[in-house]
Amino acid sequence: MTTSTAPLPDSFDPDTRRVPPLGGFNATMLGIELRRTLRNRRTIIFTLVFPIALFLAFGGQEEWNTTVGRGNVAAYVMVSMAFYGAALTAASAGAMVAVERAQGWSRQLRLTPLSPTAYILTKALLALTLGALAIGVVNIAGVAQGRPSMDVGTWIASAVLTLICTLVFAALGVFVGYLVPSENAMQILGPGLALFAFLGNVFIPITQGSLMWHIASFTPMFGVAEISRSVLTGDLPWYAVLNAVAWLGIFVAGAAWRMSRDTARV
Amino acid sequence: MTETTTRPTATLPTRRAAVGLTGVTKDFGQVRAVRGIDLEIHPGEVVAFLGPNGAGKTTTIDMILGLSEPTSGEVRVLGLAPRHAIARGLVSAVMQTGGLLKDLTVRETVAYTASLFVDTRPVAEVLATAGIADIADRKVGRCSGGEQQRLRFAMALLSNPALLLLDEPTTGMDVEGRRAFWNSIRRDTDTGRTVLFATHYLEEADQYADRIVLISQGRIVADGSGAQIRALASGRTVRASVGRVDTTAIAAIAGVDSVNLTGDRLTVHAGDSDAVARYLLDRTDATDLEIVSKGIEEAFLRLTGSSDSSDSSDSTDGSPR
Repeated sequence: MTTSTAPLPDSFDPDTRRVPPLGGFNATMLGIELRRTLRNRRTIIFTLVFPIALFLAFGGQEEWNTTVGRGNVAAYVMVSMAFYGAALTAASAGAMVAVERAQGWSRQLRLTPLSPTAYILTKALLALTLGALAIGVVNIAGVAQGRPSMDVGTWIASAVLTLICTLVFAALGVFVGYLVPSENAMQILGPGLALFAFLGNVFIPITQGSLMWHIASFTPMFGVAEISRSVLTGDLPWYAVLNAVAWLGIFVAGAAWRMSRDTARV
Repeated sequence: MTETTTRPTATLPTRRAAVGLTGVTKDFGQVRAVRGIDLEIHPGEVVAFLGPNGAGKTTTIDMILGLSEPTSGEVRVLGLAPRHAIARGLVSAVMQTGGLLKDLTVRETVAYTASLFVDTRPVAEVLATAGIADIADRKVGRCSGGEQQRLRFAMALLSNPALLLLDEPTTGMDVEGRRAFWNSIRRDTDTGRTVLFATHYLEEADQYADRIVLISQGRIVADGSGAQIRALASGRTVRASVGRVDTTAIAAIAGVDSVNLTGDRLTVHAGDSDAVARYLLDRTDATDLEIVSKGIEEAFLRLTGSSDSSDSSDSTDGSPR
């Protein structure tokens, strides 16, 4: 009596189907994303070439061996440039959502079991991996050059702290990627981040307490740059932490806001 | 397979509609794109959504795919909310453009998509079946339109979906490409897959669908087999010169849609033109009688009312910005 209706073919029966664990997050996808990013020439320039060039340009100044906290000026410049390179890389990884939306890939992904959280997690891991690469090459360049000096513990701690700080700019990249249609996101992020780097005390030291310094202390790179150098300088002012937390909050909220409204066919 | 007793029948009935729409409406701001659709599609059916641009086809498909929420009403896919059906790989869609990353290779695209589902067919097998194994290492951006379309199909069939949605699938294809495309789809539906496709080609709907759902201005205006829809659209016009005539009597003839008398020229639109002609010749003084067949396309336009509405509703077809 239960066979009065024609049964569906078994494989089409919803009861036989399972939902993927972790919202569809998996290593295959992450691997393909990474390979894809590393094939991109612009990414390679941002990640590997640009930060090293900056470090060699800024780190070769005369007072390179002056003591700064637990190291010297060359170490300070190296940490700053590694941070800048990682931030740029993470932002460009985040901004890839702009391209993905423009090509309809985001929409395609919404027709799969992949959850938005798993998607974000993948992008964050991608940004971290590329950031680590940028930090790695600058540090290797530093070792090869021989001028930066700090003890191994400080060295490693600075690198790890810098990596965590780059997540702020991965979030910024995603935010801008959603705000700006098509492939122009990096055209805005590139010069924008350079400006923030000048204002954020990354490239040239700004005299503390000056008007410029007060303005700078409100810009998005100021706080995270201070934090990433804090192990080296032995100094972590409260306003730097406040700045970093506030901008992280703004960028994450902005990215989440744009993403939740992303219903349009692009 | 026979353990039906273990199935929680209270929540999951054994036979579920592949697609169930109940009182579905969708507004975009002030514009009402879908104005109340009730529809049940049975498992294994090949159904055409037929209607002019701006009729609400794409908007409705987006709601079935869970890409947008109805303003009111309910959408069910195999008894589940659309997002849940998609999470189980039960629904796939092939769009006419986009949806591919240009800087991935064909193989990477399929592997990426496959990695997101629990159960999929092997990537190599899927590439071979779709006839794209020899271009597997080519960047998607360097593939031709036809190759990209084959890739989209390979991706859509990866999870062995119970329901396949095709939005204007043959736009831009030539006659031969269209035939080859539909042959492969028909072969595929022998497995029992349900297919819902949107088209504005009456001929395509008639040739390849088991059932045609005619949509106009956000409503279903007709629903039936190709033959039934053709019958609806296949009326004729009877014209004659008359002296005295009882127009109410003519209007009462079975199958008559409209009667118009201007001076001594009588114009009658009717499904059964023979009955009208017989009446006019037997019972009236009608002369110069002529019977003109309405073009099927013209009839379709009349049925969907697209000639007078396309301007106002064009912008409502799925592009909320």
